[in-house]
Amino acid sequence: MSKIKQISSKAPEDKDLLDGLKNGDNISISSIYRTCFPSVSHMIQNNNGDEEEAKDIFQEAVMVLYDKITHTNFELSSKLSTFLYAVSRRLWLKQLNKKNATFTISDSNGLEIPDLEIDIQSHLDQEIKFDKMENALQQLGEPCHTILKDFYILNHSMQEICDDLGYTNTDNAKTQKYKCLQRLKKLFFN
Amino acid sequence: MKEKEFIESADRYLNGELSTSERVEFEKLCEQDEKLNSLFLTHKDFVATLREKHTRADVKAKLAKVMTQESSQGFFFNMWKNLKINGAAAAAVAILSSVATLYLSGYFSSLRKTTSEYSALKREINNVKRNVNAHNQAINTINKESQTNQTALQYGATGFMLTKDGYVVTNYHVVNGADSIHLQNSQGESFRASIIHIDPSKDLAILHISDTSFNPISLPYTFSNQSLDLGEGIFTIGYPRDEAVYGEGYLSSATGYSGDTTAYQISIPVNPGNSGGPVLDKNGHIIGIISGKQKGLDGAAFAIKTKALMETLDNIPENSLKGKIKLSSKNSLANLPRTEQIKKMQNYIYIVKVY
Repeated sequence: MSKIKQISSKAPEDKDLLDGLKNGDNISISSIYRTCFPSVSHMIQNNNGDEEEAKDIFQEAVMVLYDKITHTNFELSSKLSTFLYAVSRRLWLKQLNKKNATFTISDSNGLEIPDLEIDIQSHLDQEIKFDKMENALQQLGEPCHTILKDFYILNHSMQEICDDLGYTNTDNAKTQKYKCLQRLKKLFFN
Repeated sequence: MKEKEFIESADRYLNGELSTSERVEFEKLCEQDEKLNSLFLTHKDFVATLREKHTRADVKAKLAKVMTQESSQGFFFNMWKNLKINGAAAAAVAILSSVATLYLSGYFSSLRKTTSEYSALKREINNVKRNVNAHNQAINTINKESQTNQTALQYGATGFMLTKDGYVVTNYHVVNGADSIHLQNSQGESFRASIIHIDPSKDLAILHISDTSFNPISLPYTFSNQSLDLGEGIFTIGYPRDEAVYGEGYLSSATGYSGDTTAYQISIPVNPGNSGGPVLDKNGHIIGIISGKQKGLDGAAFAIKTKALMETLDNIPENSLKGKIKLSSKNSLANLPRTEQIKKMQNYIYIVKVY
C-alpha cells in the first residue's frame, strides 16, 4: 500500500522543497509538513509529549532549517526528513531536560547529525534578534510603522507614501521617515 | 552633509536608484570618511534585518497555517487519502465486471446484429462446387510446374431494361469488382454489357449493352415515381436460379432498412439472385428495384424506389452516356391478366452474370 502510494504521487525533490521554503512557497511548506511531520509526531508522542507539543517542536525545527538555509550555503547531507527528525529530536530533548534533570529519548534510529548544536544556537540567536525587532516595531507605533513598512518592505516610493498618508510634500514625508528610522534604531539597539 | 541626507542616499544606493556617477561618488564618500562608512554599514545591516524579519515572520505564519489546516482536514480526509488507491481499484473492478456481464449476456452481440442484418441478394453461382474444384485442381497440379489460372468467382443477379436502346439497371453490389458482365434474356440470348454509371450510396448501377447483335425493342412497361400506399399489390420477376421466377406480394412499409427513405419494404419472397429485379404494381408500372432483405426477419425485403433511380439517372455525367436515356412512356401492360403481363415483359428482364 505505502509502496503504491510512493509510485502514484511523485514526491518532490528535497532541494526543490528547500528552495520553496526559502521563498515561502505554500505548496512546498505543506509538502514538508506532510512528509516529515508524522515521524516527528510519533517520536515525541512516544516520549512524554502530545500532539500539540509535537507541532511546536516541528515548527521550531523547520525554522531552524529556514535560518540555516537563509544564512549559510546549506546543502543537505542527508534526507530532508532525517534532518528535521534529528533537529526535532534534539529540541525535544532540550525541552525535556529543562523541566527535569536528565532524559534520554528512546527511539529506533539513534542517528546523530554533527553541528546540530551550532545550528540550533544560531537559530536561537536569530530568534532573539528578530524578536527584538518585532518588539521595537511594536513600540514604534503609527504612522512610523506604516511608513517604514511601505518603504523598506513593500518598496513603495516616497511619492506614493506621501500620497497614501496625506503629507503635503515628499520632503515632509522624507523627514518623517528619517525620524521614524532613527527611533526604530534606538529602540532596536537598546 | 547631514546624516538625514546621507541615509537617504544610502537607501537609494541600496535600492539601486542611483546613476553610475552618483554611485561612484557615494562609494568614494564612504571610503574617505570612516564615520560615514560605519554609519552606512550599520544602516545596511539594519535594513537587511528589518526585511528578513518580515520574510521570516511570513514563512513562520504560513507554516503555522499549513499545520492547522492539514490537521483540521480531519478524520474523513485522512481516511480518503489512505483509501484512494483502494477506491480506484474497486472502481476498476466494478467497470470490468459490468462490461463482462454485458458481454456474457449478449448485449454486444445483439448490438452488432442490428448493424449487419442486411443481406444483399446476389447469387454466388456454383460457389461450393467451384471451391471444391479449385481444391482438386490444386491437388492435381501440385507437382506440375504450370499453374492454370483460376477463373474468378461468378455472380448471378437480375437486371432489366431502362430504355429500348440498351440501357439496363441493376444493383451496384452486383457489378462491384466485375471484370466483365454478360446479360442473358429468357430466350437464351446473351449480350456483353459495360458499366455506364454507378451510385454506391443508392446501390444502383446503370449498364449499357455494347453488343452489335442487340436489336432495339420498345418496352411494354413504364416507370412510376409516385409513392404507393401500403398494402398495394406488387410483383417481381427475377433470376434466383437460371430460370425466371415470379414472385408476388404487397408493399409493407414506405421506408427501407433502418428507416432508409430511398427504399420500400416489400413482402415478396426473395432469394439471392433476385437483386436488381424490377418491382411492378398491378398495372405494370415499375415502382422499385429489389436490393436486399433483412436477415432473420421473415418477408422483409427491400426495394429501391424509382424516385431514387430517377435521381441517379439525372446525376449521370453527359459525356459518359452513349446516347440520351429516354424512358418509355407507353404502357401496354395495364388491364392485362397477370400471366399475359409476365409473358410480355419476361424478355426485358436479364440474368446478370458477373465474372
